[in-house]
Amino acid sequence: MFADLGKYLGNAGTRAQIADHLVEHVYLSLLPIVFAVLLAVPLGWACHRYRPLRGALIGVANVVYTVPSLALFVIIPAVAGTQILWPGNVIIALTVYTTALLIRPVAEALDAVPDHVVAAATAMGYRPLPRFLTVELPLAVPVLAAGVRVGSVSNISLVSVGAIIGSGGLGVLFTDGFSRRYLAPILVGIVLTLALALVVDLLLVALRRALTPWTRAQGVSVA
Amino acid sequence: MKRTLAVVVSAAALLLSACGSSDSLGGGEDSGSGGGQIVVGSADFSENKILAEIYAGALRNAGLDATTKQNIGAREVVVTALQDGSLGVVPEYSGNLLTFFDKANELTTSEEVYAALGEKTPDGLTVLDKAEAEDKDVLVVTRETAATGIASIEDLAPRCGEFVIGAAGEWETRWKDELAELYGCTFKEFKATDAGGPITVDALKNGESQVANLFTTSADIAANDFVQLADPKNMYPAQNVVPLVRDAAVNDRGRAALNEVSAALTTENLAELVKRVDVDKETPADVAANFLQQNGI
Amino acid sequence: MIFVDVWVWLSDPENWSGAGGIPARVGQHLLYCLAATAFAALIAVPLGLYVGHTGRGGVVLVGGGNAIRALPTLGLVTVLYLVAGGGTVPVLIGLVVLAVPPILAGTYAGVQDVDRGVVDAASGMGMTDAQRLWQVELPNALPLLMGGVRNAMLQVVATASVAAYVGLGGLGRPLLDGLRVLDYGQLVGGALFVALLAVLLDLLLSVVQRLVVPRGLRLAPASAARRRVRRGVDDSSPQKLVATAGQPDSGGSRA
Repeated sequence: MFADLGKYLGNAGTRAQIADHLVEHVYLSLLPIVFAVLLAVPLGWACHRYRPLRGALIGVANVVYTVPSLALFVIIPAVAGTQILWPGNVIIALTVYTTALLIRPVAEALDAVPDHVVAAATAMGYRPLPRFLTVELPLAVPVLAAGVRVGSVSNISLVSVGAIIGSGGLGVLFTDGFSRRYLAPILVGIVLTLALALVVDLLLVALRRALTPWTRAQGVSVA
Repeated sequence: MKRTLAVVVSAAALLLSACGSSDSLGGGEDSGSGGGQIVVGSADFSENKILAEIYAGALRNAGLDATTKQNIGAREVVVTALQDGSLGVVPEYSGNLLTFFDKANELTTSEEVYAALGEKTPDGLTVLDKAEAEDKDVLVVTRETAATGIASIEDLAPRCGEFVIGAAGEWETRWKDELAELYGCTFKEFKATDAGGPITVDALKNGESQVANLFTTSADIAANDFVQLADPKNMYPAQNVVPLVRDAAVNDRGRAALNEVSAALTTENLAELVKRVDVDKETPADVAANFLQQNGI
Repeated sequence: MIFVDVWVWLSDPENWSGAGGIPARVGQHLLYCLAATAFAALIAVPLGLYVGHTGRGGVVLVGGGNAIRALPTLGLVTVLYLVAGGGTVPVLIGLVVLAVPPILAGTYAGVQDVDRGVVDAASGMGMTDAQRLWQVELPNALPLLMGGVRNAMLQVVATASVAAYVGLGGLGRPLLDGLRVLDYGQLVGGALFVALLAVLLDLLLSVVQRLVVPRGLRLAPASAARRRVRRGVDDSSPQKLVATAGQPDSGGSRA
């Protein structure tokens, strides 16, 4: 087995290809996170601000999150009118999932911002938008970060499924290995996927700490 | 609710298209006119990858700048990428390519298919010389089944009712009626497996099916001592390997190099190359370089 | 237009009969999913109760669960197929493997989440260890436990369609077979059935959840949540993360 792995990884061309797949995997799984945060913050705010919207949006999010990925990968192009084998469909699908995942925590985190904090900020002369961006949103960061961590782990694992519809990423190692009955590429793919998930998770934890200096200063968090 | 979903989706699409130009999703830098870099594309199976590497190597040896882009996917995508300039050359198979360009095609012999292909290929694309090498559908049985007196589909026909066939899902729609009409063969059961991959082979090996639809260059046939059944009535169309090129991408020097490859490719040496990748786990690039060297291309 | 192709596929009576017909595929898919989730529950619920009750091995359990959540399902099923040399059974084992962690996490978090005061009161009333587990901790753990089961079911429905790639029957078949020849009707039609099955199964389990969770418990969380919001309690502690990960609308593992 180890001899097999050594032979497989011993080839420079193979290593270069694996690196390409890894890079593809990174942007296919992480771009959706960025898009989803950009979408979930305004949508979550809307849920927080307008109660009637809340039930509807969160209901839709729950249903969307129930749809299996392979199915969503091919339903998206049917709904959005994009080409069925375009790799961007995977990015759209994962953006939809991650947004669905984040809306509720964002809304609840905004709900949890203490009224007196908002009142104090208003009294200090903050207009609504700057107040949202500099006071309420930062206070929601710990919850948002928790959601983003769950989303990134699941996206990194889901991108592999996209190899079935030809979208690239580390999943290609699984289809290649399977068709040649060759375990080496599959094992390399699994290990790299797990390693990527771990590294991204650590980076997200570091990012959250950098964005919420006060949680360290006080030794407690105030979501 | 539906509208909310539509908004989410279209917003995501918008965001995506806004930054779509800078990422590499489209896969298409200009692979250029005769003087630029020629991108050779391939589908996602070993043989096609090897052929793409061979074509790229031959072009490089002819003094041109060539690279490969593997795993592009289905024929529809590959041909579109060829037409929009993302690709310059792809290794293709005459019968399937002809059916793709002309859905009504019923020709099956090697010469007829190749001649028709020349006419049906859209403007801007050209099919170069065909190789003798063929990777066509073939029905196979185990050595034990063959020993009961089955060497061709004609021998098989009277006993089809006893057998289960394992083949890719599309086989049933495409060939079931044809097989009944031409040979009078109707199988007891059709089992959807994969296109000549491990699932089809394992099903035949462990007796879940007694007949399997594989492809002539498959390394599994020799490895498992399967017997290929003759197709005297030419039900399955010829599938000679042909380079499909975009006219603007490949000059005469490049075309001559690709034709040299076709002249050297036989079904036997192609099957050997596939075996080296699928069974011996060599890389398509190494196997291709070796082939070019041996044939002095 | 793709929806026209889907309609053509759906309205062809041939697609509704035989071993490859839609009802047969739905039946197969349903059977795989129910069997895998039931097996997983048989393993995960007792284990989760044990760990939650005794408090032993909780860290290992949370860590292991997270690692499995990151496991790419396509990689798992291809490895299992190749190692076992083919067949349906190894793939079904893969489904069970993926269904265990959500149920385990839900059960464990459910037991952990029981108010310490309630547990102490039970002991104070003279309940034995076993009585406390069966009469106090288990009923109180049911909402999160059922959340874990729903999560596991979604995971299995999704993975079973991916597993069509290694030859499993069920609703992944029309999807993958349609993909190979770019028959959009069959491809998207198959996908719609997978999506519909997932949504319906989740709905069904949510009804089951309503039926099995004691009435008093259904009222309590609502007021507890209100209290939590007012007090501004941090919701991102590791234990809470497990708890929320056990609910479908806050994202467990997916395939």
